[in-house]
Amino acid sequence: MKYCLIVDDSRVVRKVARRILEDLSFEIEEAADGKLALEACKRRLPDVVLLDWNMPIMNGLEFLVELRQWPEGDKPIVVFCTTENDIAHIQAAIGAGANEYIMKPFDSDIIQAKFQQVGLL
Amino acid sequence: MNIDDFNLLAKLIRDRSGLNLTKDKGYLLESRLLPVARQHNLKTLEELTMKLRSRPDNALVRDVVEAMTTNESFFFRDVKPFDQFKGVVLPHLLATKSATRSIKIWSAACSSGQEPYSLAMILKEEKAKLQGWNIDIVATDLSTQILSKAQAGQYAQFEVQRGLPIQYLVKYFKQQGDRWQIDQSIRDMVRFRPLNLLEDFSSLGNFDVIFCRNVLIYFDQPTKTIVLERMSRQLSNDGFLFLGGAETVVGITNKFQTTVNQRGLYQQAGATHKLAGS
Repeated sequence: MKYCLIVDDSRVVRKVARRILEDLSFEIEEAADGKLALEACKRRLPDVVLLDWNMPIMNGLEFLVELRQWPEGDKPIVVFCTTENDIAHIQAAIGAGANEYIMKPFDSDIIQAKFQQVGLL
Repeated sequence: MNIDDFNLLAKLIRDRSGLNLTKDKGYLLESRLLPVARQHNLKTLEELTMKLRSRPDNALVRDVVEAMTTNESFFFRDVKPFDQFKGVVLPHLLATKSATRSIKIWSAACSSGQEPYSLAMILKEEKAKLQGWNIDIVATDLSTQILSKAQAGQYAQFEVQRGLPIQYLVKYFKQQGDRWQIDQSIRDMVRFRPLNLLEDFSSLGNFDVIFCRNVLIYFDQPTKTIVLERMSRQLSNDGFLFLGGAETVVGITNKFQTTVNQRGLYQQAGATHKLAGS
């Protein structure tokens, strides 16, 4: 069973994403900001991170930049999932090492298609 | 909807498009044809069928058939056929067609254009290998309305999220408000044409690859055989046919053969250069 860390400051979004990903047989952990997400990664490195951009304390991009500097930090697949839907944000995310990018709103079809593209399904 | 109205619509749609509507699809008729009825100033489906019986006009008949045959599509649908195209078919064609250096591809029932544009993007990515080659992608659909959308190459956010790798979105699309416009260079690679698969399509010429995915499932058995055998005549001896995941040639025609370990991919029965392992 693949292990997914859902990082989003909205409890509702985390709950919706959890339901979709549990249906796709993922084991789920949640974090409400980038700092808590890094701590979760220290405890156990996920196979995939579903990552919001705008969050308090540490945002998604800052989290990704730091994660990718870790010795094993290139291993998790990182899929952004954010309301930021302009090319500049997408390019910044790819530049920082994101593997895929979902523009909110999302549904199970979109998550499934994106996870399939990066070889998780 | 009463049985006479259902039979009238089912026959009309079948005669014009080959789409085989079973009685359990009555709900589909209602949900798709009510907007058409209103568009033609008819209040109910009963009024629509009455008009079709008494004095049908071409525009109404066309809109009814198009409403029933238009299906959603998405970029790189099912992933695997496009991996097979890039990893198996293209290398094979580069080897077998080096004399003519020409590859002709047909996306049959292309809907809103995602399939031919996905192929165009793959070919663009492989341009180093295709230097000096002539590539032609022809995309056809029964619906002129959906072809206009395909030709425009403009997609909503949800459409570019399902199947399209984000790197391709950045590389080959421009954001225009809440829409995404595919690059002119990709649009220029595809020629769109209206075509009914039930009618003669020999004027399209010969192809090296035919994508006919998720179309045959709507046809009855004899129609599947007719369409596949006519496609075989339009496919070069070493050409390839892609069908959808729920479709097959087995038991329908002997003009094609399956390929080993490549589900959904078929070669001509008499192919000179069979795929390795076939």
